[in-house]
Amino acid sequence: MAVKLNINGITHEVEAKPLETLLAVLRDRLNLTGTKDGCGEGVCGACTEPVSSCLLLASYAENKGITTIEGIGSDGKLHPLQRAFLDHGAFQCGYCTPGMILMAKALLDRIPNPSKEEIRDYMAGNICRCTSYVEIVRAVRQAARRNRKRWKDEG
Amino acid sequence: MEFKTVGQSIWRVDGEKKVRGEALYTIDLKMEGMLHGRILRSPFPHAKLIKIDTSRAAKLPGVFAVLSREDFPQGGPLSPYFGRRMKDKTVVAIDKVRHVGDVVAAVAAVDVETADEALRLIDAAYEELPLVSDPLEAIREGAPQLFDHLPEIKNNICHHASLKQGDIEKGFQESDIILEDTFTTPVAQQCHLEAHNALAWFDATGRLNVQTGTQTPYAVRKSLAEIFQIAEEKIRIMVPYVGGAYGAKSSLKVEHLAAVLAGKAKRPVRIQLRREEVFLTVTKHASTVRMKTGAKKDGTLVAQKTELYYDTGAFAENGPNVVHKATLGASGPYRIPHIQADGYCILTNKPSAGAFRGYGVPQVALAYESHMDILAERLGIDPIEIRIKNLLREGDRHPTGITMHSVGYEELLRKFGAAIQLGDKKRTRGKTRRGKGIACMIKASNTESQSEAKVQANRDGTFAVFSSSVEMGQGVETVMAQIAAEELGVAWKGVSFVAQRPDTDLTPFDTMTSASRSTFCMGNAVRRAAKDLREKLVQFSAEIMEISPQDLRAENGRIFAAGAEQKGYSYKELAALHFKRRERELAGNGFYGDEEDAKTVLPFWLVGGCAVEVEVDTETGAVKLLKLVVGADAGKAINPRLCEGQVRGDSTIGIGQALLEELKFVDGQPVNATFLHYALPSFRDVPDDFPVVLVEQPHKDGPFGAKGLGESALPAVPAAIANAIYDAVGVRIKDIPFTPERVLSALSQKESKL
Repeated sequence: MAVKLNINGITHEVEAKPLETLLAVLRDRLNLTGTKDGCGEGVCGACTEPVSSCLLLASYAENKGITTIEGIGSDGKLHPLQRAFLDHGAFQCGYCTPGMILMAKALLDRIPNPSKEEIRDYMAGNICRCTSYVEIVRAVRQAARRNRKRWKDEG
Repeated sequence: MEFKTVGQSIWRVDGEKKVRGEALYTIDLKMEGMLHGRILRSPFPHAKLIKIDTSRAAKLPGVFAVLSREDFPQGGPLSPYFGRRMKDKTVVAIDKVRHVGDVVAAVAAVDVETADEALRLIDAAYEELPLVSDPLEAIREGAPQLFDHLPEIKNNICHHASLKQGDIEKGFQESDIILEDTFTTPVAQQCHLEAHNALAWFDATGRLNVQTGTQTPYAVRKSLAEIFQIAEEKIRIMVPYVGGAYGAKSSLKVEHLAAVLAGKAKRPVRIQLRREEVFLTVTKHASTVRMKTGAKKDGTLVAQKTELYYDTGAFAENGPNVVHKATLGASGPYRIPHIQADGYCILTNKPSAGAFRGYGVPQVALAYESHMDILAERLGIDPIEIRIKNLLREGDRHPTGITMHSVGYEELLRKFGAAIQLGDKKRTRGKTRRGKGIACMIKASNTESQSEAKVQANRDGTFAVFSSSVEMGQGVETVMAQIAAEELGVAWKGVSFVAQRPDTDLTPFDTMTSASRSTFCMGNAVRRAAKDLREKLVQFSAEIMEISPQDLRAENGRIFAAGAEQKGYSYKELAALHFKRRERELAGNGFYGDEEDAKTVLPFWLVGGCAVEVEVDTETGAVKLLKLVVGADAGKAINPRLCEGQVRGDSTIGIGQALLEELKFVDGQPVNATFLHYALPSFRDVPDDFPVVLVEQPHKDGPFGAKGLGESALPAVPAAIANAIYDAVGVRIKDIPFTPERVLSALSQKESKL
C-alpha cells in the first residue's frame, strides 16, 4: 500500500506493507537510520518520534508531521539540545540519544521551563544503559535555559 | 608535569555524529541482495536432538539457505565447534540442546517474515533429559551432566580457581570474632540497547567480510577461522559504532551464524536478534558466596575463607575467567594474613553467562563489604576506620603476588565519609527510615595482553589514530586522541584527530576492548606511536633545516631550533613538505605488551567505591536512594567528564542490580526475558544528588599516569546499599536485588524475632 508521510518537512510517498511500522519505514525504506530499534515493544524509547515508532503502523502516521533526529539542528549548527548533550556528557554509546533528544524536545515544546522532576517524569519511558540520567537531566535544563535566553533576546 | 590536552574535558570526538543521529552502528548497515537470518531455538532446557528435517523449510520460496547439524559432517569443510576456553559451543546443536534458546537451526531468506515462516517448517524432535538449574545441585554426585565428552569438565564444574595464603585454620584460631554468612545474586542481563547483530558476506575473491559491533574483532576473526578452517587473513572484521556492550559483545555471538549462512546462500546475510533472544544469548553469573571472616577485637582482619559458586549456564564461555578474577579478588582491598578462596564455575541448563561489567567481582564484593560492616558494628568501630585500618597500601603485596600501586582508597573513603556525613547518626522514626552505607571494591586488570597502534600525519594537517580499541560509549576514541595530542605536543583546538574504525585489515592487533584495559594498554601503544611519529617529524625537520635533531624542539604543534621558535615549521607545513618530497606514509607505530613490558610494567588495579544514603519505607519495603557518591582512582583523568560519566554510568548499572534486576527461570524457562518484564533503572530510580569523586594517584606505567576506571563503582553499589538498609531499619539482607518484597519479608522476620 502507498503511504504518504511528512518527515522533517518533506513529503514522501512510500510503498509499505499494511502492518509495517513507522520505524521499519523510516529505517529500511527511507534510510533514516538515526531512529533506533531497541526493544520492538515500545518500552525502551530508542525509536521515539516522540511516540514509539516500533509500535505505530506507518499508515497511522499519515498526515502527521514527523520530526526525526535528522531534522534536528542544521548543517552548520547544532540544536541547543544537541549542544547541551555534548556539554554534559549526556550520552556514551549514543544509541538512545536520538530518542532522548526528540523526547526532550517534545517536553520543551510543552513545558519550556521544566523542573528536574518534570524532566524525570516526562522522560521516564526512555532507557539509557550507559549514563546515570543525571547528565541528561542537566543537559535538558541547560537547553531550556538557552531557549529562554534566545526568546528573551529575540524579544 | 603540566599537560596541555590531557586533563581537559573536551567534547567527545564521536559526539557530534551521535547527537545528530549520523553515527553508524552495525544495525544501520544494508547491502544489495542482503538476506535476513533467523534462528530456530530450543524450547527445552535439556534434551537430545533426535531428529531435524529442514527439507520443507528449504523449499519455501524466498529461502536461500537453511542451516542445521547436517551441514557439519565429520571431516567436512566446516567445524561446528568453538569456545573461548574450551570447544564446548557448536554453531548449531549437534547432539543435544542445553538451555532454552540454544541454537538448533538457522535460515536465511529474502525478508524476516519469510525466514520466520521457514523456521516453522523445520521439523525438529527432542527427547527431554533431566535438567539441572541450581549450581549447588549440579555439582552433587549423580546430577544430570551437561557434557560427557569434554575431559576438562567434571561434575559440571568447568573451572576451579583458588587463592591461598597463610594457614587458614590457624587464622581462625587466632581470631576473637568469626562471621559466617551466605550471599546470593541472581542472573542479570547486560541489556545493551543495540541487540546483537552482524552482517556477513563473501566477496568476489572468496574472502569472508563481517561487519559487527563486537568488543573483540581479532578474537572473532580467530574463532571464525577455526569454524571455516581457513587462514585468519582470509577474514576481515569491521566494527562500526557499538550501541552498548558492557561485556556482552565479546567473542562470537551471532557473527558465525551470519557467516555460515552467507557462505551457504552465496549472498550477504544479516542477523539481528530480537530482544528476548538477547536475554538468552549471554547473561551475568548468578552466584552463591559463602564467606567466613575472622578478626581481632580491634578490628584487624586475620582470616577469611570464601567459597564462590558461580552459575555459568550451559557453556563455559567467559565463565572460567570470570570465576578466576572473582576468586583472586575475593579478599577485597584488605590485608588478611590467612586466606583461602575457592571458586567454582558451574554448568547448568540456563543461557550462557559471560562477561558483564565488574566481571565476577560484584558478586563477591557484596560478601566482603557486608562483612566489613557487620564486623564494624559488632566491634563498635566506625565503618570507614575499620576499612582504612585493614587496607592494602602502596607497595604491599596482594595475595596474588602483585604489588599494590596507585591505590587511593584512603582518600576515597575519607571523601565518601565527608560527603554523606557517615558519622552523623540522626535517628529517623515513623514509617520511613533513613540510613547510610559505604563500600569499596578492587579488581585486577588483565594487562597480560597486547595492543598496537599507529598514529599518522595526513597531508591536510589532520592526524589519524589507527587502533582496534572499540568505541562502545566509553570514549576510547577521544581518550586516544588526547593521549596522541599530548605526546605530539599539539594544542587540541584547531587540530583534528580522526579515528580509524577498528578493521582487522587496517587497524593493528589488539587483544580486546574489555576489562577497562584500553586507556592503559592501548593508551601506552598510542603514546608510543605518537612519540615515534614526533621523532620522525623531528628527523625530517633536521633534514630540511640542515640542523642536528638534538638541536630541535617539538612544542605547540611546531618543530623549531631551540631558542628560535619563529624559525621552524608547523606540523601541517611539515606534512605538506614531506608529501611533496615523497609519497610515503608519515606515521609512527607503538606496541604495548612485549616481554620488556611483562617484566617491568606493574598491572593496574581498578580502585573505587561509593557511599549512599537511602530511605526505606517500612510499610511498602521500597528503598529510595537519596544520595549516591561514587568514586574511583583514575591514576590521571585524561578527560574528567568522560571519567565521571564512566563512574556514574557504571554505578547506575549497580543500582539496577541492587534494587531491580533479576532474570527469572522456572524449570529452566525464562519468565521475564523482555524489557516489559525485566526492570531496568529509569530516570526515576537514580538520585539527583549523585556526585563523583575522582582520586588521582598516578600509575607509574600508565600513559601520563592514567589507568582504567570503567568498572570501579558498580561492584560496590549493592553492598553499600545493603549496609545503608541495615543502618536504616536494622535488617541485614544478603541477597540481591533488594526488592520491596524482600525488604518487607526481612522486616517481618525481624519483628517476629523480637
